[in-house]
Amino acid sequence: MNATPPVPASLAGIAARPGQSAGALEAPVKIGVDKLNFYYGPKRALDGISIEIRANLVTAFIGPSGCGKSTFLRTLNRMNDIIPMTRVEGTVLIDNESIYDPGVDVVQLRRKVGMVFQKSNPFPKSIFENVAYGLRINGLVKSKAEMADRVEESLRQAAIWDEVKDRQHESALALSGGQQQRLCIARALAIRPEILLMDEPASALDPIATQRIEELIYELKKQYTIVIVTHNMQQAARVSDFTAFFWLGRLVEFDRTDRMFTAPAEKLTEDYVTGRCG
Amino acid sequence: MRKHADLIFQFVSLGALLVALAALAALVFDIVSDGAGRLSLQFLTNIASRNAEDAGVYHALMGSIWVIALTGALALPVGVAAAIYLEEYGSRSRMARFIELNISNLAAVPSIIYGLLGLGLFVRFMGMGQSVMAGAATLALLALPVVILSTREALRTVPSSIREGSYALGATKWQTIWNQVLPMALPGVLTGLILALSRAIGETAPLITIGALTYIPFAPDGIWSKFTVLPIQVFNWVSRPQPEFKANAAAGILVLMVLLLSMNAIAIIVRDRQQRRGRV
Repeated sequence: MNATPPVPASLAGIAARPGQSAGALEAPVKIGVDKLNFYYGPKRALDGISIEIRANLVTAFIGPSGCGKSTFLRTLNRMNDIIPMTRVEGTVLIDNESIYDPGVDVVQLRRKVGMVFQKSNPFPKSIFENVAYGLRINGLVKSKAEMADRVEESLRQAAIWDEVKDRQHESALALSGGQQQRLCIARALAIRPEILLMDEPASALDPIATQRIEELIYELKKQYTIVIVTHNMQQAARVSDFTAFFWLGRLVEFDRTDRMFTAPAEKLTEDYVTGRCG
Repeated sequence: MRKHADLIFQFVSLGALLVALAALAALVFDIVSDGAGRLSLQFLTNIASRNAEDAGVYHALMGSIWVIALTGALALPVGVAAAIYLEEYGSRSRMARFIELNISNLAAVPSIIYGLLGLGLFVRFMGMGQSVMAGAATLALLALPVVILSTREALRTVPSSIREGSYALGATKWQTIWNQVLPMALPGVLTGLILALSRAIGETAPLITIGALTYIPFAPDGIWSKFTVLPIQVFNWVSRPQPEFKANAAAGILVLMVLLLSMNAIAIIVRDRQQRRGRV
């Protein structure tokens, strides 16, 4: 517990490593984080995180429970703001704009950076209303017909339309766990964010439902920048282009996923991905 | 040994419950046997009279309905708004904690104190006179602590995952409270309101204090009208020496009980409908 893991001096070195496919690195940086510290009261939960997340790719955060991966994810849409006694240091740039500047409108930020939670959390309303809610509160549609179109479009994008098209006005709580989670994805997509944060979106689902979510992530990355937290390493290997490994609140290693799982630079990463620790 | 203790405790609890139920049953039986004979349509539509046989509760019943409806209309928005402030906005400030402590204290203040406050503040200072409005305002003060406390309790039961889901879609705090939190808390809010109003509808002391114990020969026709209420009419009859008026008092209590039970029934129906909505 007390062993402090080695932390790489600089992550800028990633690009210089041989064997990297040029395509992935040419993608523009969507989220740039520099020396981010995060505190719950006096306790430091994140320690000097610096990372660059690239547009239209899937970046996975892996690491043992309590390593800070979910906390870090929630700093990217300022979801931690609603937890009292928390504090952020360092900078997070999204499209080169600092999201922790005093003038930033958190509501606008969250419209741009959507989020799907570990436990599906549909509102206790109809399927239609769940998707329509974000559109309505943000004033994004002008007519009933446009609303219906946007709801259908979102449900289709989340690959749940065929299952619910005839029962849109029934309760969302009557859906199965996997359907509820896809509904939550549809809800997040409805307001057309640019980034989608997913906090262990499949951890409570059975293998078939998990597979559907993974296929969906693969489809969605054409349009969205996706950051996914997972404690399932096979899942990270299957869905992501880049993987970041967190340990005790630090970012140990960040690299292309294929390299992370075949030739990690850090001993700790190798031990973790091969199941020897964590 | 532990098994025995368990069994003994079970019987003691059951006994306590039976004592309470028996007391209630005896009370209801006593009142029904005294008052059922007097109950008739005429009793409901006649006004107070010197002759016990002609006397009815029409004015008092209408007065009670007016007062309790207005009390609810005043206590609900103020109580819910206060609870939202305390629970959602100010829960960590020193002032909010101070207010919170005092609200808990207020819930335990004897009702006659509210009557004195109502007399000084509403009847005299604000010049409302002995009106339905003054009575309802006084009873609303009495109901507020219960409404606030139960609303806070209900707000607290809304899971944080629902709030987070709403914030994550770009909702403001107010949009989250109004569209997600409050609808989910509504059954609890309504239960608290009905509890508070059930207490208020039986209150006599504060209304006597603000001057509702006068002979009123008409039913209220607006919020500024003078009024009397059922408990005061019953109090009036009980204090008469003639046994016929005792029967009237028992019948008046029955009317009050039916009014109370129908209020509770409405609350339960509304609450169940709200709960069913969304979870078909």
